Amino acid sequence: MKTYLPCITAAALLGSLHLAGAADITGKVTLKGAPKAEVPIAMDAMCGKLRPGPVTTRHYVVGQGNGLANVFVYIKQGAQKTPASGEGPTLDQTGCMYEPYVMGVVTGQKFKIHNSDPLLHNVHATPKTNKEFNFAQPSKGQVNEKSFDAPEVLVRMKCDVHPWMFAYVGVVDHPYFAVTDKDGNFTIKNVPAGKYTVEAVHLKAAPTGKTAEVEAGKTVNFELEVPAS
Amino acid sequence: MRGPQRLVFQTLTAQSTNDIWLHRFAVLTAAATLFLIWMGGLVTSHGVGMAVPDWPTTYGYNMFFFPFSQWVGGVFYEHSHRLIASVVGLLTAALAIWAWVRQSAGRQRWIVLSGIVATLGLMGVRTQTMFVILAIAALAVVVFSLSRAKVDPQPLRWIALTAFALVLIQGVLGGLRVTQLKDEIGIFHGTLAQIFFALICAIAIGTSARWAKTKIAVYDGGALRYFYLLATGMIFLQLILGATMRHQHAGLAIPDFPLAYGTVWPATDAGSIESYNRARSEVTALNPITTSGVLLQMAHRVNALLVLGVVVFTCVKTVRRFGWDSGFGKGAAFWAGLIVCQAFLGAATIWTNKAADVATAHVALGALSLVTGTSLILWAGRCFRHAAPVVEPVGFVNKSEVPA
Repeated sequence: MKTYLPCITAAALLGSLHLAGAADITGKVTLKGAPKAEVPIAMDAMCGKLRPGPVTTRHYVVGQGNGLANVFVYIKQGAQKTPASGEGPTLDQTGCMYEPYVMGVVTGQKFKIHNSDPLLHNVHATPKTNKEFNFAQPSKGQVNEKSFDAPEVLVRMKCDVHPWMFAYVGVVDHPYFAVTDKDGNFTIKNVPAGKYTVEAVHLKAAPTGKTAEVEAGKTVNFELEVPAS
Repeated sequence: MRGPQRLVFQTLTAQSTNDIWLHRFAVLTAAATLFLIWMGGLVTSHGVGMAVPDWPTTYGYNMFFFPFSQWVGGVFYEHSHRLIASVVGLLTAALAIWAWVRQSAGRQRWIVLSGIVATLGLMGVRTQTMFVILAIAALAVVVFSLSRAKVDPQPLRWIALTAFALVLIQGVLGGLRVTQLKDEIGIFHGTLAQIFFALICAIAIGTSARWAKTKIAVYDGGALRYFYLLATGMIFLQLILGATMRHQHAGLAIPDFPLAYGTVWPATDAGSIESYNRARSEVTALNPITTSGVLLQMAHRVNALLVLGVVVFTCVKTVRRFGWDSGFGKGAAFWAGLIVCQAFLGAATIWTNKAADVATAHVALGALSLVTGTSLILWAGRCFRHAAPVVEPVGFVNKSEVPA
């Protein structure tokens, strides 16, 4: 087994006041160490037409400055239970892959599952604490709404028709979470002032958390280090 | 002999039906069942057991009219498995009808035949509720049929009726595994498949001309019958462990062989399990590695070694007693060969990262190993002496090879 030393460092770079007594937490998660090589995916003929070219797994998506994508960053402790506001996110099936690979929802928040492909998929959630579901999406353009009732980081979604299709949904009971972009950047918006434990979760790295104190209008700096796996 | 073995032995001994076409039909049903097990193996090997999320419909269609253009990806394997299962169900129904036509008369015959036909008709309703009701009724039929088979001078018909009830239960278990999202039901489904296959093969053996011609209780088999029982029981246990691994998607909980995570016995503490999961680069949506998954696979490996040892030992004992040319010698040698191949396929399943064709062959050979052991038990029950010795060995055992 190839060994490597993944080290995710999350730094809160900027806090800006949006609401009275609230601030955004922005930062960047970086991977230290060489990621394991991705594995090629052998799609079937129909999916191959929808997504020509080589396709690989997405365990480590590393961008500029070793920024690591698809890390679910959320306030693990200290946040008040807060219902979601606004429309929920969409999990899309396009070119026989899920997009996004990682996303987050609030407990009870309805999110859309969309089939953009001209072929059938099934959508199978395999949570540990929430209720499992599995339903068909045989038509292009079909949209279904689902929600999870209990916090759970992370719930796996998969398609059994195309077994290489899987994605993850982080479920928390407040809206203070974010997923890092392709360069490892994240923003947790409108965090009320207070003391929190922020945790970064990546599928292939040990989750790690650190206390952070947010004050309205003040920049908060902290780092998260992940032990070697 | 005790328990189920005695029941099946007495049943087949009592009837000795020498009907060549009924026998051939039973062989056909057994072959179709093995093909069905193969297709079921493909379903779990590809990890597509949930590719069709509804049942008894398929993506809302009556399964027999599901458009071929939509047999894509994992749907192809799962839907094919369902259709082949329907064929096996119909073959088993025909086998039961045939047995009842041959071995019964009068009102009882028509009551049972009407019941089978009515069941087939009710299956046409194709709702989950109807199938569950039929499965519950089928369970009662299994209990009643087995009790009747013990005392009826024409027991084949009851065994065939049991097989029909079992195939119905088996189909419903497969459907409920999908709709209820329960791996545990899948484990029962995988195990019952093996029992059903063994039962159909037992019917095929019991209806054969060789079975009818073979003289009863002519040879001194010593303790061999107990070795057949022991080894077959261990194989059945191995199949249960295998079915549990497959239906919990824990087949690759340990990715190396003959070592396990580079050691003889892998660590199973929480930290180690977490590191196994993080180090894995899964291409498909495998279930997370768990302590129970690792221990399950270790149990499968240990029992595989025991099975290999006991079957090879039993083979040597059989050959020493009856010789290579005897039916028992050939059967035991075939059995040992199967088990050696099976052990290699088990290792190859790991080495190929659970390649679907290799893993499926492993399932099919497992079923054949169980059936070979079952057939040896049945032949031993028929040919081996229980009390007073009988001279003049003929039939299944080569006369010249029998020790004095």
